[in-house]
Amino acid sequence: MSKIVRTVANQLMLFVLVFGIYVIMHGHVTPGGGFQGGAVIASGIVMLIVAFGSGHIKNSLRERRLSVVESSGALLFIVVAFAGIGTVFFYNFLVGSRIFGGIPPTGSNPGDVWTGGVIPLMNLGVGLKVIAGLSAAVLALALFSSGEEME
Amino acid sequence: MRQFFAWLFLIVLMVFLVIGGFEMVHPFGEPPSTMDQYIIDNTQQEAGSNNVVGAVVFDYRGFDTLGEATVLFAAVTGVLLVLRAGKKKEET
Amino acid sequence: MAEILIGNFPLVAAVVLMGIGLYILIFRRNLIKIVMGITILSSSVNLFLVTLGYRTGGIAPIYTDAPEGPMVLPVVQALTLTNIVIAVATSALILSLVIRIYRHTGSLDSKKSRRMKG
Repeated sequence: MSKIVRTVANQLMLFVLVFGIYVIMHGHVTPGGGFQGGAVIASGIVMLIVAFGSGHIKNSLRERRLSVVESSGALLFIVVAFAGIGTVFFYNFLVGSRIFGGIPPTGSNPGDVWTGGVIPLMNLGVGLKVIAGLSAAVLALALFSSGEEME
Repeated sequence: MRQFFAWLFLIVLMVFLVIGGFEMVHPFGEPPSTMDQYIIDNTQQEAGSNNVVGAVVFDYRGFDTLGEATVLFAAVTGVLLVLRAGKKKEET
Repeated sequence: MAEILIGNFPLVAAVVLMGIGLYILIFRRNLIKIVMGITILSSSVNLFLVTLGYRTGGIAPIYTDAPEGPMVLPVVQALTLTNIVIAVATSALILSLVIRIYRHTGSLDSKKSRRMKG
């Protein structure tokens, strides 16, 4: 792609990353969450693939690093789900404690980030999983058409 | 002959769907629900979050999200497995 | 009869979309068109699910700076979220299989790739 497209894609990736992390981390206050924020960041990575070509991106996003990110997201999700096994599977054990443990007032209120219990951690896990999964799938499709292979 | 049976199948299926749509159990805009009313009323106390849909996805029905994460993982693994440029097999 | 059609308009749209999706799936032979038909079919199911949870004059089920009014049902929206993610994943898998079939047989006609061996 031409130099204008590559420069603009470079500069825009910062804003896409900030917006995606905002949507993931505020999943328990505003509409959004892990899946939506992960899709935003994955589409930003697709923009980089279109602007720079898949051969160039292949050197930065190797398959080993993407699979480590995806597996760590899934492991975070499952460890947080198993941590409340004393009462029931997927028990929300952080409501009322010190980490993420506020209780919002009843009814309409301006939201507080430090609420939600175990939900922000699960949002983070699912967001990492979706980012790594979707960008790996698109990178594999783009590399297969040009004849190379994903190492 | 096969075209006739394909059209017959499609028309019978659509007639079933349309008639089923006309006999909807509740009028549009007033769903009879007690479980959802309980979830809307008690989310801020039990799950501690303002986003009721987020609390339903991760707290009240977290098991479905576990299944969905598994499907996503299996599909991405399948895509990476199918799209490998294999080496040429040697003649033995 | 006419006021039932206009009053339940999202449900009618879901049924029409499902009819279009089924027609494409039965009567078209090009593999890419079949994948499009599968996507249209799953979109119609998502529309139907979200329509089931509508309350007249309802607001979004978020408590942050919420206006007055009853809230629409949240469980149905959670099911639709799951369905959208699963549809994306399966359509990626189907498209990768279509790419492989095209490399192997050289055509996108589903009548030319009916043999199971080779």
